[in-house]
Amino acid sequence: MAARRDLVIVGAGPAGLAAAAEARDHGVDALILDEQPEPGGQVYRSAARVAERRPADLGFLGADYARGAALVAEATGVERRQGASVWQIGPAARDGRREVIWSEAGQARRVAARSVIVASGAMERPVPVPGWTLPGVTTVGALQVALKQSGIYPAGRVVIAGSGPLPLLLAEQLRAARVPVAAILDTAPSGRMATAWPLLPMAALGAAGTLRKGMALLRARERSGVPVWRQVRDLRAEAGADGSVAGIRFRSASGEEQRIEADLLALHEGVVPNPQLTRLVRADHRWHPAQRCFHPVLDPWGESTAAGVYVAGDGGGILGARAAEASGRLAALSVAHRLGRIGETARDFAATGPQARLLGERALRRLLDALYPAPEWIAAPADDAIVCRCEEVTAADLRSVAGHAAGPNQAKAYLRCGMGPCQGRLCGLTVTEMIARARGTTPAETGYYRIRAPIKPVTVDELASLDTEPAA
Amino acid sequence: MMRFDRLSSPGRLRRITFLFDGEAVEAREGDTVATALLAAGAGATRTTPASGAARGAYCLMGVCFECLVEVDGVPNRQGCLVAVAEGMRVRRQHGAAAIAEEA
Repeated sequence: MAARRDLVIVGAGPAGLAAAAEARDHGVDALILDEQPEPGGQVYRSAARVAERRPADLGFLGADYARGAALVAEATGVERRQGASVWQIGPAARDGRREVIWSEAGQARRVAARSVIVASGAMERPVPVPGWTLPGVTTVGALQVALKQSGIYPAGRVVIAGSGPLPLLLAEQLRAARVPVAAILDTAPSGRMATAWPLLPMAALGAAGTLRKGMALLRARERSGVPVWRQVRDLRAEAGADGSVAGIRFRSASGEEQRIEADLLALHEGVVPNPQLTRLVRADHRWHPAQRCFHPVLDPWGESTAAGVYVAGDGGGILGARAAEASGRLAALSVAHRLGRIGETARDFAATGPQARLLGERALRRLLDALYPAPEWIAAPADDAIVCRCEEVTAADLRSVAGHAAGPNQAKAYLRCGMGPCQGRLCGLTVTEMIARARGTTPAETGYYRIRAPIKPVTVDELASLDTEPAA
Repeated sequence: MMRFDRLSSPGRLRRITFLFDGEAVEAREGDTVATALLAAGAGATRTTPASGAARGAYCLMGVCFECLVEVDGVPNRQGCLVAVAEGMRVRRQHGAAAIAEEA
């Protein structure tokens, strides 16, 4: 029989850590499962260790990053297991508990949880351009992870392509660390100011500090002297003799084709919720037209339509790290209330701060969504672009079936897209949007891959080990 | 060809030596297998089962599965989720991982 817990929190980023601290304060018996070796999630990756062992690097990683160490400290006293990859959240049993199963050091383990908070965060949106599978092409987030986790940076000619706050932040971090950037290819389309300006006052009220920081990043990019190409499209990475990326072809604002040499291309077109766990529990999802991705449908406390499964942080919709903390606290308050550890009045009083924070961050996000929309071409890749990286299914392959595939699952049956180890994480959104376009319907009607357990690769040994698991 | 250097900022990070395709590679405490291989200039760390195309780390966040390597005899480990350890044996993967034979 599985061990029992009040609450399992999946993910030790800002949402998960804040939820854990709040839950502990109200006497909730919580367990945090995180698949990374260290806590912090992506935004605060390795923050506690960097603060202790590489304090000099805090300078260029920015003041916000230091928040991660404080959050890790705040969540002390809650059992946290690192290197723990959750691959199943089962259906609710008669007593309402769900079995959460994970693998850790080659051993599978499980607990029966009254509530689950999914705080597994966001992932970078797939950017299916020709050549994006070449060695030497990474995401912008990957370079930030490398900087935070290991203090390493790409030493060759780095080109950053995409749009959004993250490329600006990376460019500034690299500048502060004295790492040269060869070029920035800004893919944001023109004409977005008209929609963005009216949203500015509310964003300024809601999250003035973040907004000021953003403006400073924009100014820093202008001052840095790094060449910036604007309204970039028709992006394409080309391999050199060694098979790694060597050149980048694109069209700039003038429509003229350009080619620049590069040793590393970092792509970024915003972040989207990592959908695996919320899809696994069959929660309802809704298409978000501005963020061009699905969000799980949540109540004001973050509970999904799968009873007892809450979502906190960017996995519930992209709002950023501060909002993630707030939504983590709200979910934990609701869990504590339902367990009878906190009364309704106390819950509602404790919720006012996080709710106000969320309101402000939402106003800021509406501005960011208007300023940095995913480019139209993200759903219309060139024929030779690989859409499914694992099974190497191209956009042309997908187009040949998109008009008559009932949805992503049928495309998967035809082409194997989404059947590789990433289980559709890197092609799901592209496949949904391409089929929707081919059939003249909406992404909402087209739907998404059906996600099944195990959502991480599991060995037969690990499966068998469930019968002999040690007490968790 | 991408090459990653280490920041020169002083830190108190222990040095760790692991084996990559049988050769000793130096890493630092806190590295994952994937970041240690980037720092070592390993380049492509696997070829795909579908076409044999070369791949290297892409997301470093546990999402893309491009950094799959064999770690201590276990194939298909996500290099970005495994902390590097002294004496660890890491190997490139070529195409589909073979099914291990019982000894």
